[in-house]
Amino acid sequence: MTLTKALMATSALTLAGSTAFAESHMADEMTIVSWGGAYSASQQAAYHDPYMEMTGVTIVNDESSNEAVAKLRAMNEAGNITWDVVDVVASDAIRLCDEGLALEIDADEQLAPGDDGSSASDDFGDLIVSDCFIPQIVYSTTAGYRTDLVGDTPPTSICAFFDLEAYPGMRSLEKRPINNMEWALLCDGVAKEDVYDVLETEEGQAQAFAKLDTIKDSVVWWSAGADTPQLLADGEVVMGTTYNGRLFSLIVEQEQPVEMLWDAQVFDLDGWIIPAGLSPEREARALDYVRFATDTQRLADQAKYISYGPARASSAPLVGQHATLGIDMAPHMPTDPANATNTFLYNYEWWADYRDDLDAKFQSWLAQ
Amino acid sequence: MAEPVLAADGTPLKASLKRALRRQKMRALLLIAPLLLFIMLTFIIPIGQMLFRSIENQIVSDTIPRTVAALDSWDHDADEVPPAPVFEALAKDMMIAAELKEHTRLGSRLNYEMSGISSLFRKSGRRVDDIGEVYTDQFTDLDPAWEDPATWVQLLAAPSWIAAGDAWDGSGAEPAFEISNDATTQFPETADIYADFARVIQTEDNDSPTEEEPWNVVYLALYNDLMANPGATAPAELAGLIDTTRSALPGFEVEDVKASFEDIDDDWISADVWETIYTYSPAYTNGYFLNAIDLQKTPDGIEWQPENEQIYLTLFWRTMLMSLTITFSCILLGYPVAWMLANLPSRKANLLMILVLLPFWTSLLVRTSAWKVLLQNQGVINDLLVWFGFVADDNRLALINNATGTIIAMTHILLPFMILPLYSVMQTIPPSYLRAAKSLGATNWTAFWRVYFPQSVPGIGAGSILVFILAIGYYITPEIVGGTKGVFISNRIAYHISSSLNWGLAAALGAILLAIVLALYWAYDRIVGIDNVKLGG
Repeated sequence: MTLTKALMATSALTLAGSTAFAESHMADEMTIVSWGGAYSASQQAAYHDPYMEMTGVTIVNDESSNEAVAKLRAMNEAGNITWDVVDVVASDAIRLCDEGLALEIDADEQLAPGDDGSSASDDFGDLIVSDCFIPQIVYSTTAGYRTDLVGDTPPTSICAFFDLEAYPGMRSLEKRPINNMEWALLCDGVAKEDVYDVLETEEGQAQAFAKLDTIKDSVVWWSAGADTPQLLADGEVVMGTTYNGRLFSLIVEQEQPVEMLWDAQVFDLDGWIIPAGLSPEREARALDYVRFATDTQRLADQAKYISYGPARASSAPLVGQHATLGIDMAPHMPTDPANATNTFLYNYEWWADYRDDLDAKFQSWLAQ
Repeated sequence: MAEPVLAADGTPLKASLKRALRRQKMRALLLIAPLLLFIMLTFIIPIGQMLFRSIENQIVSDTIPRTVAALDSWDHDADEVPPAPVFEALAKDMMIAAELKEHTRLGSRLNYEMSGISSLFRKSGRRVDDIGEVYTDQFTDLDPAWEDPATWVQLLAAPSWIAAGDAWDGSGAEPAFEISNDATTQFPETADIYADFARVIQTEDNDSPTEEEPWNVVYLALYNDLMANPGATAPAELAGLIDTTRSALPGFEVEDVKASFEDIDDDWISADVWETIYTYSPAYTNGYFLNAIDLQKTPDGIEWQPENEQIYLTLFWRTMLMSLTITFSCILLGYPVAWMLANLPSRKANLLMILVLLPFWTSLLVRTSAWKVLLQNQGVINDLLVWFGFVADDNRLALINNATGTIIAMTHILLPFMILPLYSVMQTIPPSYLRAAKSLGATNWTAFWRVYFPQSVPGIGAGSILVFILAIGYYITPEIVGGTKGVFISNRIAYHISSSLNWGLAAALGAILLAIVLALYWAYDRIVGIDNVKLGG
C-alpha cells in the first residue's frame, strides 16, 4: 500500500463519522485525459469547474487522448495506471474494451437518467456503441471550401472533391483510409447502403483506390485536425475535410472566407472511458465524475463553447447560444436537420475488422 | 629454483599485486555502478523487452490452449476445416476466454494477419455460452440433481478441498478449488474444463463453485467422457445417478458443435481462418519480422505480400537514401561555416557561434512549422520567386509535403550537429600548416585539399555519424512536412505503436532499423576507422 493510499484510508476512517459514507471513499484528486485546445477548454468550463466547485476535488488535465490506447496498454502492463477518466473516440473505446483495459459500465445503474425522465440507456440510445463507452458528443468529419476560390457555383456535394474540372486546385484529405474510401465509392456511383459490402471485396477496394487515383496529385494529406483549417486560411487548398468544430471556429470565430459542405458528413462519437484496474476510491471518484459530467444539463452546457452535438437526446432542446459570441449554436451542430440531410455513421465494427488491412493498402498506395 | 619475492607483509609479491589490482578494478566498477545501473534499468532492459515483442506470440497458445493442441493433428494442407474435436476444444477455450474477456484481445492480434477475425471473435465470445446447452437441458431433464452445483462438486472436487471448504469461515477468499485425482482419471475431459470453470468462478466472479451451475460446455464434456469410457466410476453416493445417466445417453440428442459455430458465423468453416490460427499458434513467431520486410507467413511457407500491400522495403530504402542526402547536404553547408568559425578572430567567431546554436534553443516543432510557412505553395519563398519573375504564378514550386520538404527542413535542423564537431576539429589544425604548404609552392586548392582537408576528416566522420544516425530515426519533421513521399520508416513505427497497436510489428521494424545502423557503423569502422572520429581537440 502506498503512503497516499494509507493516508487516504486512515483519513477515510476518521471522517466516516462526520461525512457521508460515499464521499469519504472517493479519491480527492483525479487526472482527466482529453484532446487539449478548444475542446478541453469547453470541458473545463462545462464539466471540470462546476464539479471542482461542487466537490472540492482537484482535477489534473492531461492532453494525451490521441495516444490514449497505446498509453493505457503500457500503463496496464506496467501495473501503474495514473489516469482516472479518459476522453476517447468511440473506435478507441471499443478497442480498449476489447483489450480489457476499460471498465464496463451499466448505463442505467451508473449514469444519470435524462432530465425528461428517460432512462440513461434510452437517452443515449444507439450511441452506446460499447459496454465501456460513455458517450459525450456527436461530431462529424466534414468538408469546408474557400468561397473565393470555387467560382460562381459553390460545391454542394462531397463529390466536388473528385471534380478537378469544376474545382481545380488542391484539396486536403485525412491521411488514412477511413472516410476517404467511403466517399470515393459514393462518388463512383455506389449506393450508400452498399458501400461496406463493396469495400469488403478486393474489386471494391480497387475501385475506391482508382477513384482516389484521379485526384491523388491534387491532395494534401493531413494528420492533425488543425491542418485543414490552416491550409484553408492560407489558401493552400480549395477545399478540405476536418472535424466540424474546427471549421466552426475558422468560419465563425476567425471569420475566414470559408463555407461548410455538410454533404456526406461522417458522424462519429467521442466520450469517456474509465480505465480498468483503478483502486476502489479512484474508481468511485471517476464514476461520480462521469455521472455528473454526462447528465442532461452538463452535456447541453458544453455546446455553449464548441459546436459539437450533445450525445443525449434530452440535451438537444437545452442547447443555447455561444458563451461569448452570443449566436445560436443549434444551426452549427452536425445533427441539425438542415445539416444532416445526407449523413454517414462511422461503421465501427467494420473498420475494426478491416482497418489493419486497408491501412496497409492505403499506405502502400500513397507511397507509389 | 629461487624463492618467490615477498612483499612487506610476507605474502608473495605476485599475489599482493594481483589483490591490489583487483581492488582497483572493483573501485572503478563501483564508481561507474550508478551509471551502469541507470543505463541498464532505463535503457537496455526496456529496449530489450520491446525488441523481444517482435518474436513473442504466446497470446494464441495462452488464450486457446486446447484448440492449439487439437490443431496439432490437423492436416492443414488439405484445405479443409478441422474436424469436430477442434471445434469442441474451441468452444471450451472460447468460453473461458470470454469469461476472462481475453477473446477480443486475441481477436485483435489475429486480425493483423487476417481481416475479419476481430469481429469473428467478438461475436463468438458473446454467443459461445449457448454451445452445449442441448446437453445441459437433457441432463437436467433426466435428473434435476444435475442442476445442483453440489452434485458436480461431489463428483469432481478433491476431498481435501471439500474439507477445507467446510472448515472455511467465510472470511477472505475461498480456498482455491482442487480437482480430485479420481475425476481426472475417470472423467478427464470434464475434470479439465471444470477445473477452469471453478477457477474463473472463484477469481473473476468471487463466487463459489458450490453455488454455481457449471457452463454448458461442462455438460458437453461429461457427455463425451461417459460415451468414451462406459466403465467410468463415480464416488459411491453418485453411482446411481451416473448409472441412470449412462443408460439414457444413447437416446440423447447430439449437438454438432461445428454447426453451432457455423451458426454463429460462417467464417468458422472457412479454411483460411483456421490456417491463420494454425500458422500463428506457436509461442514464438518470425511473422512480425517477415511482415516488416513485406513478406508473409502462410501455411505453405513464406510468400511476398500482395503487391498492393508492400511498403516497408520501400520505406527502409527511402529512409536510408534520404538520410544520406541529408548528411551530405549538412557536410556541404556545414563545412564552410565551420571553417569560418575556426579561422575568424574569436570575437566574431563567438557571435557566429551563437547564430549556429540559436536554432538549437528553439523548439523543434516551431522550427518545423516555420519551414511550413516558408515553403508552402502560397508561402514566402514561392511568393518571392513569383515576385522576381523566376516562376509563373500558376506554376509554383512544390517545396513541401514531399521529399524536398523533408530534406530541407531536416538539413536545417541537423546542421548544428555537423558544424560543432567540424569546428572543434578544425580549431586544432594549426594555420601554420597551410602557410607552410603555400610557401613551398602549393596553390590555394592544393594546400587545402592535400594539407587541410585530410586533417579535418575526423570531424566530418563524427558529424556524419551524428547526423546520419539522428536522421534515420527522425519522426516528427517528416510527419509534418513529408507529405506522402517524404515520410520515413519511423513514421510507420510510430503508427504501429500508437494507432494500430501492432507492437510486435513495430518492434520488428525497430529491430531492423537498429541492425541497419549497427551494420553501417561497423562498415564505417572498417572503411574509415572509428579511431579517426573526433568530437574535439
